[in-house]
Amino acid sequence: MSSVAPPTPPRKQPPSGRRPGLRSRPAPIFLAAPFLLVFATFYILPIGYALWDSVHKRIRSPGLNFAAAPRVVWAGFENYSNVLKDPSFRRGILRVVEFGIIQVPVMLVLALILALIIDSGRVPFTGFFRTAAFLPYAVPGVIAAILWGFLYDPGISPISTLLGHLGLGRVNFLNVRLVLWSIGNIVTWSWTGYNMLIIYSSLRAIPSTILDAARIDGASEWQLATRIKVPMLVPALVLTAVFSVIGTLQLFTEPSVLEKLTGAVDSAYTPNLMAYTAAFVTNNTYFAAAISVSLALITFVLSFALLRATWRRALEA
Amino acid sequence: MTRVRGSVVTTALMFVVGVYFLGPVLWLLIASTKTTGDLFATSGWWFSPHFALWSQLHALFTVSGHIYLRWMLNTALYSVVGAGVATLLSAACGYAMAKFDFRGRELMFSIILGGVLVPGTALAIPLYLLVSKVHMTNTYWSVLLPSVVSPFGVYLSRIYAAAAVPDELLEAARVDGAGDVRTFLTLGLRLMSPGLVTVFLFQFVAIWNNFLLPLIMLSDQQKYPVTLGLFTWQSIVTHYPEFFSLTVIGAAVSVLPLAIAFLTLQRFWRTDLGAGSIK
Repeated sequence: MSSVAPPTPPRKQPPSGRRPGLRSRPAPIFLAAPFLLVFATFYILPIGYALWDSVHKRIRSPGLNFAAAPRVVWAGFENYSNVLKDPSFRRGILRVVEFGIIQVPVMLVLALILALIIDSGRVPFTGFFRTAAFLPYAVPGVIAAILWGFLYDPGISPISTLLGHLGLGRVNFLNVRLVLWSIGNIVTWSWTGYNMLIIYSSLRAIPSTILDAARIDGASEWQLATRIKVPMLVPALVLTAVFSVIGTLQLFTEPSVLEKLTGAVDSAYTPNLMAYTAAFVTNNTYFAAAISVSLALITFVLSFALLRATWRRALEA
Repeated sequence: MTRVRGSVVTTALMFVVGVYFLGPVLWLLIASTKTTGDLFATSGWWFSPHFALWSQLHALFTVSGHIYLRWMLNTALYSVVGAGVATLLSAACGYAMAKFDFRGRELMFSIILGGVLVPGTALAIPLYLLVSKVHMTNTYWSVLLPSVVSPFGVYLSRIYAAAAVPDELLEAARVDGAGDVRTFLTLGLRLMSPGLVTVFLFQFVAIWNNFLLPLIMLSDQQKYPVTLGLFTWQSIVTHYPEFFSLTVIGAAVSVLPLAIAFLTLQRFWRTDLGAGSIK
C-alpha cells in the first residue's frame, strides 16, 4: 500500500552525487532535458503568456472606422482592478471559500476516521470497505457529476422519492439554496477514498515498536489513536489539505455539468467558470487571463506556504 | 462490554459508508438496464420488469456511426500514451535530480514543485491561445502533448530514485564502463519500476479526469474523449430524450475499464519501494 500515497520527502540524506569526480558529467542534462523542454513549453510559456495578456487589452480605433483592426495596447493593472471590482468574481470567490471551509474538513475528517478504523483492524471485511471507498476515485469527475446529476434530478431522483415515502417531503437538490452542497457531496464522494488511502499509507508507516510501547504502558486504543497516530499523521493531513484546497479553488467540472440541469448554477458560479465564460463566450481573453492569474496566485500562495512548511518539517525530523 | 458496543457502532458506521460509496454505482448499473421511459416511470431502487440492457448496449455502440466506441478508443489513447510518456520523462528527470549534483538543481526542483501547485485550469486558457497561434487546435496533439508533463511525477520520481537506486550499484556500473544514460535505462528504470507504476497511475487518472483541456481544444466530436462525449450527450437530453438512457449506460460502460484496471493493479500499490534492490 505504501507507494500509492505521495510519500514524505526523504529524511536527511546527503545527496549521493556530491562527490568529487562526478560533477563534470553531462548525463544529468541529457536525462532532465526532455522533461524540462515540455515543462517549459506547456507550463512556463502559457504562464508567461497569461501574464502578458493580463496586462494588455484590445481597443477599437477611435472614430467610426469599422474596417480598422482593433489594436492591443498596454493596460497596466486595469484588467486586475476590473476583476477585483467585478461583483460576480467576488461572489464566486466567496462561494468557493465557503465551500472549502465546510467541505474540505468534512471530507478529511471522514477520510481520517475511515483510515483509523480500517487500520485498527476492529471491523470485518476491511479490504472490501477500502476498495469500496476507493472505487469512486476510478470514476472521472465529469461522469461522477453526470451520475449524481441523475440522482438529484427531481424527475427520477431515487433519494428524493425515498424521502417522500418516509414522509420527509421531496427535496430538490438542485435549488439555489442546496446546489452548492450538492456539489460538495459529489466532491466528497469522489475524493474521500483517495484521501483515506494517503492517510492509511502513512498510518502503516508508523513503527509498530512505538505503538507496542504505548500499549505496554497501558494506553487504550482511543489514546493510541488521538495521542500517537493523529499527531504522526500531520504531514499526510497537510498534504491532503493542500490538494483539496487547490481542487476547491479550481472548481469547474461539477458546476459546469450541473449548469445544464439547473438555473441555480450560472456561468460565473465559480471563478474558473467565469474565466472560461470570459474567454470563450464573451471573447475577452485579456480579462480571462487576469482572472486565471489572480486565481492561480491565490491558490499558489496558500498551498506553497503549507507544502513548504511540511517539507521542511520532514527534513528536520 | 464497551468494546463490543464500540465495534458494533464502527461496523454499522462502515456499513453506512459502504452504501454511500457503492450505492450510486449500483444505481447506475440498475439504471443501465432501463429505457428512458422506464427511468422516469419505474422506481429508481429496483429493476424495471422490462429488462432492456442488451438493446441499450446495442443502441449505445451503434448510435451516430459507432461514435461511442471511437470516444473510448480516444480516451485510451490520451490516457495510456500520455501517462506512459509522462512517466518516462518524469523518471529520467527525477533520477537525474536524485543521483547527480549539478548547479541550479534545487532551484529547478523548487520551480517544478511550484508547477505541482499551479492549477491546471489556469493553464488551459493561455495554452489554448498558444496552440491556436500555431494552428494546432482541434488535433490529437493539442490534448496529448500538454498531458505528458507531470511535475508531480518528477517530485515522486526523485523520492523513489533516492530510496530505490543504491549508489553502490551505480558505482559498480560506472566501473564496468556503462554510460550514465544507459545505466538509467537498464538499471534505474527497473529499480524504480514499482514507484513508476504509481506515477503512471496518477497521471493516467489526471488525464482521464481532465475535462477542461479537451473541452476547449477540441471541436470535432470524432476526437473527443468519452468524458467530453457524454457531457455533450447529457446537455442535449432536454431536446433528445433518447440520449437520457444512452448517457446513463454510456457512463456505466466508461467506468468499467478503469474500475477493473484499479482492482487488478492493486497489488502494485502494496509493493515496497526499496524491496530487493540491495542488502
